Amino acid sequence: MLVFVFLYLPIVVLVLYSFNGQGVGGFPPRELTLEWYRVLLADPPLWGTVRNSLSVAFCAVGIALALGLPAALALDRAEFPGKGLFRRLVLLPLILPGIITGLSLLMLFVTGGINLSLLTITLGHGTALISVATTELFAGLQKFDRAQEEASLDLGATHWQTFWRVTLPNLKISLIAAALLIFTLSMDEIAVSFFLIGRSNTLPLEIWSRLRRGMTPEINAISTVILVFSIGSILLWYRLRTRTVVAEEEPTSMLSGTLAGGQA
Amino acid sequence: MYTRRYKCAVAFPPLLWVTIFLLIPYAMLFCYSFWRVSPLQVIVHEWNLGNYRELLHNSMYATVLFRSMLIAAAVTIFALLLGYPLAYFLSFRATMRKDLLYQLVIIPLWVSYLVRGYAWKTILGSDGVLNGFLQYFHIVHHPVEFLLYSPFAVVLMLTHIYTPFVFLPIYAALEHVPRNLVEASLDLGASPAQTLWRVILPLSLPGVLAGATFAFVLTLGDFLAPLLVGGPSGIMISNVVVSLFGTAYDWPLGAAISLSMLILVVALLFLVERVEKRWTFS
Repeated sequence: MLVFVFLYLPIVVLVLYSFNGQGVGGFPPRELTLEWYRVLLADPPLWGTVRNSLSVAFCAVGIALALGLPAALALDRAEFPGKGLFRRLVLLPLILPGIITGLSLLMLFVTGGINLSLLTITLGHGTALISVATTELFAGLQKFDRAQEEASLDLGATHWQTFWRVTLPNLKISLIAAALLIFTLSMDEIAVSFFLIGRSNTLPLEIWSRLRRGMTPEINAISTVILVFSIGSILLWYRLRTRTVVAEEEPTSMLSGTLAGGQA
Repeated sequence: MYTRRYKCAVAFPPLLWVTIFLLIPYAMLFCYSFWRVSPLQVIVHEWNLGNYRELLHNSMYATVLFRSMLIAAAVTIFALLLGYPLAYFLSFRATMRKDLLYQLVIIPLWVSYLVRGYAWKTILGSDGVLNGFLQYFHIVHHPVEFLLYSPFAVVLMLTHIYTPFVFLPIYAALEHVPRNLVEASLDLGASPAQTLWRVILPLSLPGVLAGATFAFVLTLGDFLAPLLVGGPSGIMISNVVVSLFGTAYDWPLGAAISLSMLILVVALLFLVERVEKRWTFS
């Protein structure tokens, strides 16, 4: 349908033009060449930022999962005063524009005398993405059969043992799916990173600063590369997700679920 | 089944982190918004309402805010107009390859934001694909100017970005609509259109609200799209904030605007939650 055309047109154009020999613009595209990909490969500063982005993304996944898992567990199982506030606070970055998250964290770091660097970006990403981890893991927990845990406890295992040997393996797929999602989001994160960078850039910010200086089809090329990777990981994510699906669960329930406040 | 120790152990770490990295920063936002900047570019910790007064009295902010809300509303509406039929089609009409089509809709979401914005730049420029196309086929003889660097471009680009976001919750909601209700409606003599209007649409409203809220709030807070394709006439409120933290150096004022946005978002969320609770029956 037409909507698909609309959705895909820019992407198709982008990929096409990364092969455009003539440079930016013009229609129809002139020669087809791999020149820009060659330029791309020979561009060390760019790959430096790719490395930065990768390390930030990995750490962000770590932080988000390490905190999202207990958060999901808490929301799923515990009742405590202020739970509603806690839930809203954790999930807020999901819908709050990144600029607000980024700015408030900037103020925190500045007041605390912490210099901006990749570390601050990592903390920012991690914090913002806890919400993603929590929603994903919460959904996974909901599908999880509580009886297994009960059985384990009845048979004498401690809570810790139960966690490691029963809960966690069952959440494996949720964890991986969440990790993939968080990773992808972190790699493309701009709004929060914008306020928290120090001297080194992440990939999207590097592309951004280059864009401001002028377009080159090299950017088309790197974009196509990113595109291929993103598609790859999202297909993987989807495969994992649907593996555990029973009729109702959709990868989308996060939003309607959270906004409907149905998880308190 | 869960001991108190377990619950404490589980809730504490995220609570701590969230307090440090979310609650306190928001509190700082609050504080900064009441301070001011001295002419020497130093932030003075003097509590005053100057920033808020400035926001209310200076018409420039009102103009930009108004334009931002218009853009956000436009994007939301268009995204809904595109997303709902898509979701409906996928949920009710597509029988084969439903999964594949679904994935196809999701994929643009994971293509980098910048990448998509940049692609639109390529398409809309006076040197760009669309103009080239139009000229090549002699539909126009000079490049059409308003395509790029205008609010139009911002709306277009953001609609493109947020349509999948809007699609997702609507699709989820539609999938949850009990098919037997639809059947019953048709059996009782309603046309498909009537069924859509009176049965399906109301039942899918939570999804619509979720998607719309998402699109509206995020568009309002977007500062990249205006910088990429907006031009001087396409400046949005978040750009103002960005410059206040950059070259215009007025953190307190920027904080005031951000805090206002934060409160607006929270209020909107509360409102939507209320409406949803009253609307759904379970």
